[in-house]
Amino acid sequence: MERRAVYRNKVLPWLLIGPQLLLVLVFFYWPTSQALYWAFTLEQPWGGGNLWAGLDNFLYIFRDDRYWGTVLRSGFYALAATGLSMLVALTLASFVDRALKGTKLFQSVFIWPYAIAAPAAGVAFRFIFSPEAGLVGAINDIWPGVWDPATNGIHALAMVIVCHAWLGIGYNFVFFLAALQMIPRSINEAGAMDGARPFRRMLDLQLPLIAPTAFFLLIMNIISSFTDSFGLIDTMTEGGPIGQTEVMVYKIYVDGFKGLDYSGAAAQSIILMLLVIGLTFIQFKWVERRVHYN
Amino acid sequence: MAQITIKGVKKNYAKTAVIHGVDVTIEAGEFVVILGPSGCGKSTLLRMIAGLEEISGGEIAIGGKVVNDLEPRERGCAMVFQNYALYPHMTVRQNIGYSLKVAKVAKAARDARVMKVAQAVSLEPYLDRRPGELSGGQRQRVAMARAMVREPKVFLFDEPFSNLDAKLRVAMRAEVRRLHRDLGVTSVFVTHDQTEAMTLADKLIIMNAGKVEQIGKPTEVYNNPASRFVADFIGSPAMNLFEGEFDAEGQFVHGTGGRMNVSQLNGVRQPGRKVVLGVRPEGVRRTGADTHGAIPAVVDYVEELGASRLIHADANGSRIVALDNDTSEIKSGTPVHLSLADSALHLFSLEDGRRISH
Amino acid sequence: MIERSPFFDALTYAVMIIGLILVIIPFWVVIVAASQSLQEVSQVPISLLPSNQLWTNLSEAWARADLGPKMINSFIVAIGVTVGKITLAAMSAFAIVFFNFKARMICFWLIFITLMLPLEVRIVPTYAIAANALLPFQTILDVTGLTWLVQAVSGIQVSLNWNLLNSYTGLILPLVATATGTFLYRQFFMTIPDELAEASKMDGASAMEFFWDVLIPLSRTNMLALATIMFVGSWNQYLWPLLITTDRANFGTVVMQLKALIPAMNGTPDWNVTMAGALIIMLPPLLVVAFMQRWFVRGLISRDK
Ligand SMILES: Nc1ncnc2c1ncn2[C@@H]1O[C@H](COP(=O)(O)OP(=O)(O)OP(=O)(O)O)[C@@H](O)[C@H]1O
Ligand SMILES: [Mg+2]
Repeated sequence: MERRAVYRNKVLPWLLIGPQLLLVLVFFYWPTSQALYWAFTLEQPWGGGNLWAGLDNFLYIFRDDRYWGTVLRSGFYALAATGLSMLVALTLASFVDRALKGTKLFQSVFIWPYAIAAPAAGVAFRFIFSPEAGLVGAINDIWPGVWDPATNGIHALAMVIVCHAWLGIGYNFVFFLAALQMIPRSINEAGAMDGARPFRRMLDLQLPLIAPTAFFLLIMNIISSFTDSFGLIDTMTEGGPIGQTEVMVYKIYVDGFKGLDYSGAAAQSIILMLLVIGLTFIQFKWVERRVHYN
Repeated sequence: MAQITIKGVKKNYAKTAVIHGVDVTIEAGEFVVILGPSGCGKSTLLRMIAGLEEISGGEIAIGGKVVNDLEPRERGCAMVFQNYALYPHMTVRQNIGYSLKVAKVAKAARDARVMKVAQAVSLEPYLDRRPGELSGGQRQRVAMARAMVREPKVFLFDEPFSNLDAKLRVAMRAEVRRLHRDLGVTSVFVTHDQTEAMTLADKLIIMNAGKVEQIGKPTEVYNNPASRFVADFIGSPAMNLFEGEFDAEGQFVHGTGGRMNVSQLNGVRQPGRKVVLGVRPEGVRRTGADTHGAIPAVVDYVEELGASRLIHADANGSRIVALDNDTSEIKSGTPVHLSLADSALHLFSLEDGRRISH
Repeated sequence: MIERSPFFDALTYAVMIIGLILVIIPFWVVIVAASQSLQEVSQVPISLLPSNQLWTNLSEAWARADLGPKMINSFIVAIGVTVGKITLAAMSAFAIVFFNFKARMICFWLIFITLMLPLEVRIVPTYAIAANALLPFQTILDVTGLTWLVQAVSGIQVSLNWNLLNSYTGLILPLVATATGTFLYRQFFMTIPDELAEASKMDGASAMEFFWDVLIPLSRTNMLALATIMFVGSWNQYLWPLLITTDRANFGTVVMQLKALIPAMNGTPDWNVTMAGALIIMLPPLLVVAFMQRWFVRGLISRDK
């Protein structure tokens, strides 16, 4: 990031960067340090400050089966939603990339889900998947009781995951398409000269070349499944039935803001932060390597 | 129009020194070309004059005023960049007029001045286009107009033509020459193209590895290179350079024992002294075997240049190139005899590469 | 297209059409249901053709969820975040890329590490700060003994307090704090050749003149992309507004109202009104994305590199 053309000025850069730094300090570093403080202390019930608790908060969480349930569920949720969304987006992008007549129209529609708020999609999908309403619920008329997300946790989780995957299509599609379009035309033409049919070329030439983008998206999707799932779950299931759709962020919310257990929620936040930092780190490393290859 | 004096100027990046003390005086109105191989510090020196690069040591004065601590805008220099550096979102008119706008020149006056320089470089038809809609040569002219419009005391050019094709380069060269004649502004022009340097310069500054090797008129530099480096660097095809020493009879011994008669170099023929003998290809002639002092050689290959040709030959272990106007066919392997024109001989110390005067 | 391949072309269209259906079904269901009467929407199976009750349902949803004032709040927040972020991002990226000051790399990392932790992940501690955004400074004063000093000297007890609960600043500032925009601008500024800045220096322009006259006009595309991303992102915020606004009547945003529109467990299943509400709420960002697509796509991509 070294540049040659730089301005030398003692005050101006601070004026320019100051507001951003201040915001970051107040809304990022301070809260994060607070979270650490709470995670390692216990708040007294009737005021009176915090008691040092060491790792107790973490041990308490780790001994809680319910917490491990949310962790496993979050993992499954992340993989399922990510896989589904990326698969659909990649398929669409590969075909859109052929740039046949009229493709532009399809292309713009495929981006739409990006614009939709998770809770809005949640409400729509809740209706679509409602056992009483006339869409997916209609199969209950044929086989009564086959579909019931209100009481069946697996149904409920599947419903949330499908909705999450749908929401991610737009974002994934944009990235995949851009990656495909960045592949030089000549590679495709060379493949054609070598006698590869379009479908073969897709599998043998294009897919390997967009692997870096796929990896980037994988990480971004997993992170977003930790973060963006809140709006969906809150509008679709509220974590129910009996906690069977509760994922990590949702549990933090419930414990911290409904249960008012700041220390427990803070400890959970720390764990989630470490997880997200770890994933981001892996991604940075990968991006770095990719740059070296070029 | 202003004189530029550069006194003991140095430049360090962090710990590495890239300019090791340069002393040059550029007279008012002079057209000076800085020539040197890539990485020798030409741009750095130019940018220090411009004020784009801090001066680590020494002093630069423009028009008698030391400018070390002045901002670029206070130095009265204008610069033409290698990649033009035009503002892509502004029209040609806005590009040229930007410096005037910054200086708060009134719109009417500004337009008039822009028009005047646009005429000088024949850009009027393109004033409302963006740089993206111009050809390379036109962009180049916009860059020059932008420099001219401020009526600066000094023009600085950093390899301005290196992105142009050969033909356009020649045309632009002529244009720059003409503008300099008309405006008479002190100009410093950086290039590593020696033809460009030779044709443009009133005064040539040859740089190598952060040092000035020689300063002088182009012909002076060509005819009297001050060092082995300059001798090698200036001139195309390059000068023949032979490492060797003088024997007891004053003959020059080179390669695997070949001898050359260099009686012209009287007075500097110290036996045993290690030297480099230089002679330009045009100073090497084919002669008959019986000519006094003829050097026997074997033709390696012939490079056709059209009107003339270069004979690459092996003379007893040393490579020698001769410029030849004959057109009869010569096969490789043919034995030939060569003689050196006495007046074309140059002698350099092997030790430090400096010229041994004679 | 390299060679003609009718079969593969047909397959391409088939896949794209299936994709289109997949993507558009939820939109279609929302629109259809929003246009039906309670009776129509309750049919099993439901008719997938629009009916004529759209306007009635829209007005019903509008009134029930009090969408008027909420809409204004949402716009204030989205535009506030967008403008704030673009301004701060351009400024800070300019400082980081074009200035040579000692703490440059530290500032760079201080800002960019924030990319790692989205608001949702650190929601608990961020919420805590909302009660008093000046707490960090108070703590600094306390720890360094300045509070005590000031009190000893002037007799005034320094107590900084800035409550962000139920305020637009509270809704906006934490969203402005992250580095996405700075990152995007930095990426763009890095592509500007050095010579452009130098040329402007030679033309006599100051750093700020270069910023206004050259950088800002050149980054228009990026600005539009960032604006789209920010508008959509902040309009769609859910968790943060939910926490920071206890006074929903005055400071609630539309997205927060979605839950209120869902039919109660044992109430009337008037999904038609719910869907009408969802339609209203999802429309503004959808329109923004649809209109700004070209720029937005470019901007989204450049985040990758
Ligand atoms: N910012 C910098 N940091 C460290 N070294 C630098 C920097 N800029 C230039 N140099 C070094 O200084 C030396 C001179 O560079 P300069 O650009 O002046 O060369 P030049 O003669 O203009 O070459 P060219 O003909 O290739 O443009 C080079 O060896 C270069 O590597
Ligand atoms: Mg250079």
